[in-house]
Amino acid sequence: MLKKLDARGFSCPIPVMMTKKALDESPDEHLEVLVDNPTARDNIFRYAKNSGFKVEIIEAGEDFIIKITR
Amino acid sequence: MDQKKIVIFSGIAVGALAVLLTLLGNPPNMGICGACFIRDIAGALGLHRAEIVQYLRPEIPGFILGSFIISLFSGEFRARGGSAPLTRFVIGFFVMVGALVFLGCPLRMVLRLAAGDLNAVPAFFGFAAGIYYGLFFIKKGYSLGRSYKMPQGNGYIMPAFAFVLLVLAVLAPSFIFFSEKGPGSMRAPFLAALAAGLIVGMAAQRSRLCMQGGIRDIFLLRDFHLFSGFIGIFLAALTLNLAFGKFQLGFANQPIAHSMHLWNFLGMFLVGFGSALLGGCPLRQCILAGEGDTDAGMALLGMIAGAAFSHNFGIAASANGVGINSQVAVVLGIILLSFIAVSNMAFEIPVRKERNSSYAKEA
Repeated sequence: MLKKLDARGFSCPIPVMMTKKALDESPDEHLEVLVDNPTARDNIFRYAKNSGFKVEIIEAGEDFIIKITR
Repeated sequence: MDQKKIVIFSGIAVGALAVLLTLLGNPPNMGICGACFIRDIAGALGLHRAEIVQYLRPEIPGFILGSFIISLFSGEFRARGGSAPLTRFVIGFFVMVGALVFLGCPLRMVLRLAAGDLNAVPAFFGFAAGIYYGLFFIKKGYSLGRSYKMPQGNGYIMPAFAFVLLVLAVLAPSFIFFSEKGPGSMRAPFLAALAAGLIVGMAAQRSRLCMQGGIRDIFLLRDFHLFSGFIGIFLAALTLNLAFGKFQLGFANQPIAHSMHLWNFLGMFLVGFGSALLGGCPLRQCILAGEGDTDAGMALLGMIAGAAFSHNFGIAASANGVGINSQVAVVLGIILLSFIAVSNMAFEIPVRKERNSSYAKEA
């Protein structure tokens, strides 16, 4: 199942907290997080990578989609 | 270069530049300080009349403009705002109150540690405890809400403000105050200070260097990435302080510092707590303001106001320590920010969905 999070506009560390919560709750699902700033993008990328997930980042206009899979 | 190296090198650059600026004339252990320099700017603008701390420090506009320039080039400049600006103003205000009771922002705290000033040790624990306390609310759902994209012009306001400060520093009209004695009179040459500010602004924008973020990520994610910048600042400043004979270990006779440990702890507790609620330390707010974040701009204006009131109301500490006004302001600040934190927690109200409602749909 695919789970989608919209973390646009939140200050640090809320986007990475949302991601962490979603991954803790259901680590085996595909997760897509939408963010609108490079700091949040990098934080989530680093967190997911360090936690052993596969991470792919797609630029979507001025936003970024971060695809996280087991 | 990968992110890890960028953050370490940025830290080293910041630490080294800070010590170099003291060699060029900035106050001791205060080569770079977000809080002290914002306070000096507030004084130079005549918002407070503490005669020894008035100067239009070029470093702060340098941070904002450095971040502005590099974010324009990298395409990361984006005007945004609308995430509780007035609340951020108030939080910024009290971050400054706490910093001026300790006598330094988190960056100067690291620089003081690197110069052997042990008064900064309780401050460090206070700062970390304040962040931990802030995270308690963040984990429970605290948020100041989303910011939204704005027309680009809104993002130019803070860089323009920074530019105007630089122009005023050069022209030195009679309505701008410049200290003739005290820390405000100790200045690195204008161009050196501006260049250092620009470099720090650019490096911090690229690396996302943040004193508060470094400690926060350890507590929250067991991630030492940003903290490595913190270590870089410490080691670079320590090395240069030792090399130039500026290292002096102890509590007594430290420059622009006092030894009231409880208030060093609580002052920085307030800074850590407020920075966690804002999502970044004073330096980081300058960087975000340069990138087009108008909410960070509001936090910065709050800090300028906080600095002005701190001196006007006798809240700011001095080398003699803190008075009753400082103590009341810090305690009130912690209580007020706790109230702000609680009132911005998202409470989920459980709603049960009823499929075949027995409630009448029409009157």
